[in-house]
Amino acid sequence: MAEVVIIDYGAGNLRSVARAVRHAGIEPIVTSDPDAVDGARALILPGVGAAADTMANLRRTNLVEPLREYIAADRPFLGVCMGMQALFDSSEEGGEHECLGVLPGRIVRFPGGLTVPHMGWNTLRFTRPHPVLEGVDDGAYAYFVHSYYPRPDDPALTIASTEHGVPFASIVGRGNLIATQFHPEKSGAAGLRLYDNFLRLALNGGSIAPEAAAATGGSA
Amino acid sequence: MLTKRIIPCFDVDQGRVVKGISFVELRDAGDPVELASSYEQAGADELVFLDITASSDNRPSVYDMVARTADQVFVPFTVGGGIRSTEDVRMMLEMGADKVSLNTAAVERPALIGEGAHGFGSQCIVVAIDAKRREADNPGAGWEVYTHGGRTPTGIDALGWAREAVERGSGELLVTSMDKDGHQTGYDLELLRGISDAVEVPVIASGGAGTPQHLYEALTEGGAEAVLAASIFHFGTYDIADLKRYLSDRGIPMRPVEDADAGGGSGEGDGA
Repeated sequence: MAEVVIIDYGAGNLRSVARAVRHAGIEPIVTSDPDAVDGARALILPGVGAAADTMANLRRTNLVEPLREYIAADRPFLGVCMGMQALFDSSEEGGEHECLGVLPGRIVRFPGGLTVPHMGWNTLRFTRPHPVLEGVDDGAYAYFVHSYYPRPDDPALTIASTEHGVPFASIVGRGNLIATQFHPEKSGAAGLRLYDNFLRLALNGGSIAPEAAAATGGSA
Repeated sequence: MLTKRIIPCFDVDQGRVVKGISFVELRDAGDPVELASSYEQAGADELVFLDITASSDNRPSVYDMVARTADQVFVPFTVGGGIRSTEDVRMMLEMGADKVSLNTAAVERPALIGEGAHGFGSQCIVVAIDAKRREADNPGAGWEVYTHGGRTPTGIDALGWAREAVERGSGELLVTSMDKDGHQTGYDLELLRGISDAVEVPVIASGGAGTPQHLYEALTEGGAEAVLAASIFHFGTYDIADLKRYLSDRGIPMRPVEDADAGGGSGEGDGA
């Protein structure tokens, strides 16, 4: 049985993430059980709200170490919105807060003078191909809602960028990890396609990484 | 570039979509879930449901509508009407709403805004403001906030309330002109401009849309990030693709209406 695990740490719109997974024909397990992380074949970390609350919730539910170990083992992982921001070293939201530190970089606020939150549909510009984006057009629209954005130390982490006053990384990834600042579960057909690709690659070949797809003569 | 949003609004009473003409006369325009799904296909950027029944014994039917909508709709939607407590907010979000809009309850107990924002994030707390001009022909006299579906004057200044709502954690404001609502003669542009200049968060314009030109004015002169409308859509006067083309041709960034079968649709089945 395919184990797609959606991490429930007491915040976030889990229902819509679960629905997007079901739309791909898969029944997810929604849980806050740290032991479920190790059994997952594909792991999704959703999230909305503030960075400090997210990290406090992950600590309270004893999920920090299991998540770090899962990601360190390079297993299929999808982070969404706050579930992307939490991966970086730290966030300046509400004072400087330490995050999971699995990706080098920092979460910073949009500069003044812009409408914040950055809320609504904006375009994705791909900076490199990725199997999870197969069938999603360069320039596709995705739904964003956030006031802070990721600034990766390593530009090679960026898979797509988006502009709101400043350009920022809207999809980042490394190996079997991919994470989006937007909400693919709220981004219509393009977003559902992203979920579909992620789940199909993770469950069929055990890898979403570009290298694996290239080795098997796959996509993109 | 961030696009401007077109947001159809459904007034829901006893599980059916209705739309008030100046909050009084009601006409029936269909099943909420079916309509929501068809509007998503037609290119709506977001959807808003306002439960105008808003009585407590009606809640289970509203939760059921929200859950059924979330099953079928993959664009964001907001639910408002009768949300009085953080527990109400939590239930709506758990049922699948992306945002809730607070109106009367936020005016009566402003701390509710902060409680919702801290508990669930500012992004899901929309404060809805029903505003009426103190003097019909003189925007300089200001606007007064009304509650209870536009029946109760509060004496509160709409611009001041907008600022306070954002300071307390609201991530977005839904601004309805009671003078214009239902008349299809255009939005109250001075009201929209006043509020959008006063706050950093997005402002959704509501009340008065009758023509594509009205939407254009709200997004330019009014400074709104999004336009909400009901009757202009529900009775087939204009479709969303036409409106988006009209606005796009005039330099407003819009998300084009996607092909019905573009990517990720049915038929790809269970990856396992």
